[in-house]
Amino acid sequence: MIKDQEFLKSKASYCLDLAKKMGATDASVTVGHSISETVNFRNKSLDASDRSDGLALSIETYLGKRRSSISSSNLLDENIKTLIEKCFETTKITPEDEFNSLPDKNLLAKQISNLNLYDETRFENDKKIKYLKDLEESASSDNQIINTESSFTENKSNFVLANSEGFCDGYKTSSFTASCVTVAKDENSMERDYEFSSKRHLSDIKQATDLGNKAANETIRKLSPNKIGSEKISIIFDKRISKGMLNAFASAISASAISRGTSFLKDKIDQQVFANSINIIDKPDIIKGMGSQNFDSEGVNSNTLQLIENGILKNYLVDTYNGKKLNLKSNGRKGGTTNLYFENGNISYEDLIKKNSRCLYITETIGHGSNLVTGDYSVGATGFLVENGEFKYPVNEITIAGNFKDMFKNIILANDLEFEYSVNSPTMMIEGMTVAGK
Amino acid sequence: MSNFFNKSDLTRQDTDKIVSETLKNCDDGELYLEESKSESILLDDNKIKSSNYSSDLGFGFRAISDEVVAYSYSNEISKDSLKSSSENLKSTLKSIKGTYNHEIPKTNKKLYEDINPIEQKTLKSKLEILNKVNEFLRKKDGSVKQVTASFAGEQKSIEIIRSGGEVITDVRPLIRFNVSVMLEKNGRKETGVYGIGGRQSYDDYLKNDNWKNVCEEALRIASVNLESKPAPAGEMKVVLGPGWPAILIHEAIGHGLEGDFNRKKTSAFHNLMGQKVASEGVTIVDDGTIDNRRGSLTIDDEGTPTERTVLIEKGILKGFMQDRHNARLMNTKSTGSGRRENYRHIVLPRMRNTMMLSGNQTQDEMIKSVDKGIFAVSFGGGQVDITSGKFVFNCTEAYEINNGKISSPIKGATLIGDGPSILKEVSMVGNDMMMDPGIGTCGKAGQGVPVGVAQPSILIDKMTVGGTKL
Repeated sequence: MIKDQEFLKSKASYCLDLAKKMGATDASVTVGHSISETVNFRNKSLDASDRSDGLALSIETYLGKRRSSISSSNLLDENIKTLIEKCFETTKITPEDEFNSLPDKNLLAKQISNLNLYDETRFENDKKIKYLKDLEESASSDNQIINTESSFTENKSNFVLANSEGFCDGYKTSSFTASCVTVAKDENSMERDYEFSSKRHLSDIKQATDLGNKAANETIRKLSPNKIGSEKISIIFDKRISKGMLNAFASAISASAISRGTSFLKDKIDQQVFANSINIIDKPDIIKGMGSQNFDSEGVNSNTLQLIENGILKNYLVDTYNGKKLNLKSNGRKGGTTNLYFENGNISYEDLIKKNSRCLYITETIGHGSNLVTGDYSVGATGFLVENGEFKYPVNEITIAGNFKDMFKNIILANDLEFEYSVNSPTMMIEGMTVAGK
Repeated sequence: MSNFFNKSDLTRQDTDKIVSETLKNCDDGELYLEESKSESILLDDNKIKSSNYSSDLGFGFRAISDEVVAYSYSNEISKDSLKSSSENLKSTLKSIKGTYNHEIPKTNKKLYEDINPIEQKTLKSKLEILNKVNEFLRKKDGSVKQVTASFAGEQKSIEIIRSGGEVITDVRPLIRFNVSVMLEKNGRKETGVYGIGGRQSYDDYLKNDNWKNVCEEALRIASVNLESKPAPAGEMKVVLGPGWPAILIHEAIGHGLEGDFNRKKTSAFHNLMGQKVASEGVTIVDDGTIDNRRGSLTIDDEGTPTERTVLIEKGILKGFMQDRHNARLMNTKSTGSGRRENYRHIVLPRMRNTMMLSGNQTQDEMIKSVDKGIFAVSFGGGQVDITSGKFVFNCTEAYEINNGKISSPIKGATLIGDGPSILKEVSMVGNDMMMDPGIGTCGKAGQGVPVGVAQPSILIDKMTVGGTKL
């Protein structure tokens, strides 16, 4: 059973009281409990099961402008006491930093609205097994599929965040995740692809057979790929890749990267950084949203933010510490974005892929080729050559490269946005990037 | 050494009984207990940004029957918690019919000392060094706009309890020191990163003001990048420098030779055993037995002593890296490669220190032989698609080669190749094998473990460079 709010709150206030008693001027504590159960299948039979049950505690103590932190998974009172002593001793010899402080009291979340993030349904392992059987049955129906691996994870979590300004709140969340990885083989090649579905509520998870079919189809169509020559070409990013552009953008506008001067988007507020037609929104209060939250990891209330309006940068993602440095108020983004998305473009998916007579449609990228200081981007890629809107053949062992500053200004979005994950994007086209191949 | 039982209602006797009874009819399994203490101290933007200490304690209980692995972990070491894990395992493995194989080879060797590096150096002296790093770099070069320096230290104690009461223990220290510097000149910004570390005390790595060398190396890389031009795009010759660029080997062939992917036949290498997969000059080993190295382990996380596993000998594929589970199903022996990030994770076959051994050519000869190509000296990370065999890694310091001479530095670019064929393109192997400085972390299935790599300079005849310049 997942520990209730009462238990977590009692641990949290025990920590706060102790820290205060030792002389801390301020303190903040997070206590969490999480239980997750996973069943793994491989080639239509049970492969592994995994159960985890974990408590976690983290405490920050302040002595004026000095601060340090500890974390532990051992919640025995005796251990907590030793750790807080150690934490406070460390705080004493850590140098002062004028920007260290708890969040402003008036920014803290006042009331918690019910975003329906918790589904108490228990999906017993036997039911997970049935789901995975159906999934793998459909995933392996084509004889080019030579291996299937799938899993179902059920997770229930609860947490409390408390600080010495009197904030003390938390809530339960749940997630259910089904995923499938398939391997296909023909006389020329062996390829792998995947599909997954992750939701707050069990009833929203994709049908097992749909998920299996999708993974298998995605894999089979990659067989017998070609390598193409090096050239400048229009690139279409499948939805599962286009949302990665949002992640890079979000990292580049975090107050920490801005205040440290290590972002290519520093000093760009109120300037054009995307094409005119682009709007980017971060919305924390989507019902059942995978990234929804009532407050950030400091307890600060988070509201919807329009990050990009008609191509213009309107907001950074601000936490308390870096906000003070930049002279900005925290906007409740200590943990980063919540539910981040591009608004729909005004062209259909079909028209987008027909827009150019020849383009490259990317379904997967590998490597860590985003440099957020310079904006340079270079990654390995897999996809398809598309001519006049028709998928001609699969392509691999190529790279795509450009610079975010130019790429952002050349984005064209389709109108096929769906809210599947915590970061969502329509299908995207970027013109003028370089492909390196043969 | 940790005593896992002194603050618990659980006695060693109870534990032995529960473990033996749970694993009675299994093919394998164990109770893994772990206690870790770790610290991280970070200087950034002229200030000590964070100082964190963390302690973690828990167990992972594993039972295996035929191909099925049941796993349960908890961070509460108590009788109730162990019993409920036991029940969970038994309910998964409904029809257990196996033969428990007790045999684990023994070792008296120790590859590192039983120390707690965190306690061996005072917090004050660590803070002092970080501040010195900041001052040193900012004073040395006026274009320095940002300095980040950090210490990370850890002591991990593990105890493995097997059916029948067999107990195997290990205490593992690990430290890392890292410096990152950003320069700004004429409106351009570039960063340089360098670090050192391994399984000794902080002072073993920092003696003779060695932190200065780390600073200078980070600064040198950043300065080179300030002058960099757009990288070329397309297939060309690539010379790799010695040491850390061996992450090419780690990505290109290392992951593909891990036992699990080959048992499942999802690796591009699964049907190539005994065949020629590399040029004759190429010999690659995965060695867990080098003293004090980041990727070294006295025993792996299943208790098997580590070894030096030959993967490729003179171009021929000779061996895979195995944990006990995959070794048993493939009728072979564990190579001491069973590793996990911590007690929350299952064991997987993983690399330790992956090394290409020296040949007899010089780096000079390689560069002279190239009309048009690139010389890559330092890298960020890499990644591989095990099944298609395609892998990438990102240059952080590289130069163009024109007519046998090193010319201007180029911007960071991704290099992409095909694992099973890339090593056949290796036409020269240098005589200058070098270990990396002790900074690698390998990710697989969501688990990060410390690893090492080594190689001499090598010349690759054909590889795709992912620049922007056509």
